[in-house]
Amino acid sequence: MAKITLGEVEHVAHLARLNFNQEETEAFTRQLNDILEFVDKLDALDTSDIEPTTRAIELLNVFRDDEVRESLPVEEATGNAPVSEKGAFVVPRII
Amino acid sequence: MSEIIDLTLSELRKILDRKELSSKEVTRAYLDRIQETDGKIRSYITVTEKDALAQAERADKRISRGETSALTGIPLGIKDVICTRGIKTTCGSRMLENFRPPFNAHVMERLLSQDAVMLGKLNMDEFAMGSSTENSAFFQTRNPWDLERIPGGSSGGSAASVGARLCCASLGSDTGGSIRQPASHCGVVGMKPTYGRVSRFGLVAFASSLDQIGPLARSVKDCAVLLEAISGHDSRDSTCLPASVPAYSEACIEGLQDFTIGVPEEYFVEGLDPEVEKAVRSGIEALESMGARIERISLPHTEYAVAVYYIIATAEASSNLSRYDGVKYGFRAKEYSNLMEMYKNTRAQGFGPEVKRRIMLGTYCLSAGYYDAFYKKASQVRTLIIQDFKKAFEKCDAVAAPVAPTTAFRLGEKVDDPVQMYLSDIFTIPVNLAGIPGISVPCGFDSKGLPVGLQIMAGHLQEEKLFRAAFSLETALNLQIQWPEL
Repeated sequence: MAKITLGEVEHVAHLARLNFNQEETEAFTRQLNDILEFVDKLDALDTSDIEPTTRAIELLNVFRDDEVRESLPVEEATGNAPVSEKGAFVVPRII
Repeated sequence: MSEIIDLTLSELRKILDRKELSSKEVTRAYLDRIQETDGKIRSYITVTEKDALAQAERADKRISRGETSALTGIPLGIKDVICTRGIKTTCGSRMLENFRPPFNAHVMERLLSQDAVMLGKLNMDEFAMGSSTENSAFFQTRNPWDLERIPGGSSGGSAASVGARLCCASLGSDTGGSIRQPASHCGVVGMKPTYGRVSRFGLVAFASSLDQIGPLARSVKDCAVLLEAISGHDSRDSTCLPASVPAYSEACIEGLQDFTIGVPEEYFVEGLDPEVEKAVRSGIEALESMGARIERISLPHTEYAVAVYYIIATAEASSNLSRYDGVKYGFRAKEYSNLMEMYKNTRAQGFGPEVKRRIMLGTYCLSAGYYDAFYKKASQVRTLIIQDFKKAFEKCDAVAAPVAPTTAFRLGEKVDDPVQMYLSDIFTIPVNLAGIPGISVPCGFDSKGLPVGLQIMAGHLQEEKLFRAAFSLETALNLQIQWPEL
C-alpha cells in the first residue's frame, strides 16, 4: 500500500519550490515510499508520555542588546547575487 | 620529500619550532604532493596555493619571533562546507559553485589567528548529505586504500586527504557520522565534539540541531590539539556553549584504571560484517589491557535511530535549504517567466538528486496533517535515545562500538538504494541525536586490507574521557602507521 501518491509528491514539490519531469516524479514517489515504509517502525513505540526533544543540549534563550553594529558593506552583501543593480537584488517583476 | 609529509602534527610542531624546517618548506612539500598525487584521490575542490604560501611566510615570521601557537605553520585542509572569506565555498553543489563568502567561519578565524596554513577546500557530498562523497556535484573522491572504493562521507575529502598525506590534518563536519564514518574507512582518527562545543558560525547549515564541526588527523593527540584550537564560546552561534575549554592534548594519557567502558549489545547485530566485528572486539580487548573495566550494556532504542534521523535531519534541511532561491547568492536558472518559475527552475537545476530527495522528505514530514505523525514522533523517540545514553553514562565513563557496519564499499554499490545507503550510518547517528561526542580510532584491517575504525562515545562535554580512552587504545594497539601505496 503506497504511503505517498504521485499527486502528493507533486504537491510537496510545489511546497518545496522544486519541479520534476514525469520520470523523476515517479522515481521520487517510489523512493519516498521506501523511506516512509522504513520510518514506519517508529509506530511500534508508545511515546504518548514522552516529551519531544528539539535540542540535545538544554540552553536557555540567548539574548543580546539590540544595538547598532558594523555590518557588511552593501557591495559585499550583494557581491554574490546572480543579478544585482545599484546595491539591490534584482528579481522578476512581482506585482 | 616523503619524510615531511609522513610527520604527524605533533612531530611537525617540534620540527618547526626547532627551525629544522620552515613552514614554507613544509607547505611546498604538501603542494607538490597534491600536484603529484591528488589526481588519483581527487580530495581537493580548490587548492589555494598562493594564499597557502603567503600564510606559511607569515607563520615562519611568527615562529622566528618565538610567538608560536599549536597550529602555527601547520598545513591543513578544510571541508568545503566551512566559509572561507574570498575563497570559493561550494558545499559540493552547483548551487554554490561560484560562491565566495564575504566572511570567515568562526573556526577559520581561530585557525588564522594562530597562522595555521590552509592548503585548500575539500570535496564532500552535496550539502553534507551522503555517506560516500558520490553526491558531490563535481567529482568522485576515492579511498586511498583502494581507488575503486568510496572514501565514506560526507567528509570524504577531509578523510581521504589525511589518509593519503595530502594535508597534515583537516576539518570536517558531522551531522550523522560524516566525520567518523569516512575516518574509519580511510584509516585516520576523526572526532565529532559535543553539540555546541564548536561554533557553527560560518558552517553552511544542513540540520542545525545535529551539525557539528570536528577534526580529522593521523593520531588521537593531533585531533585533541585541533579540537582545542577550534573550541569555545562564540556569541554568533546561540547554541554554542559558554563552557571553558580544557587542554585536550593533556587529556591524552595512557592507562584506564578506574575507567569503565560499556559495550552496547545493540551495536553487534546482524548486518555487522564479521571481520569488522573481529577488529572491533580486539580493540575492546586492548582497552581492557590498559586497565579498563568492560561492561555489557544496553542502548535499547538504537534500532530506531536511523528512522528518527531521516525525519529530523530532512525536516531541518528542508527549512535550512529554502534560502537557496536564486536571489541573494548562488545559482539562478537562465530561463523563467515569473518569480515562481525562477524559484523552481533554480532549485531543480541547482540541487542534485539526494538533496532534492531529502528536501522532499523533510517538506512532506513538516506539511499540514503529517507533522505529529512524523516530526513530533521522531522528536519523542529522540528523547528515548538520549535517555538510553544518560542511563549508560551513569555507570560507564565511555561506550565502545563499531563506527560502521562494513569497511569501505565499492563505488556505485549503493547509489540507487537510499535506504541501504542510510543504513551505513546506523552506528554513528545516535551520537548526533544525543549531542554527545564520538571519535573513530583505527583498530585494524579486514582481509582485503581495508581499515576498520572503533568508535568511542562519552557524555556531554566529556571530551577528556574520550581522548583518554582513544589515546590508550591507540597506544595499546600500537598499529604501526601504515600508508596506502599510491
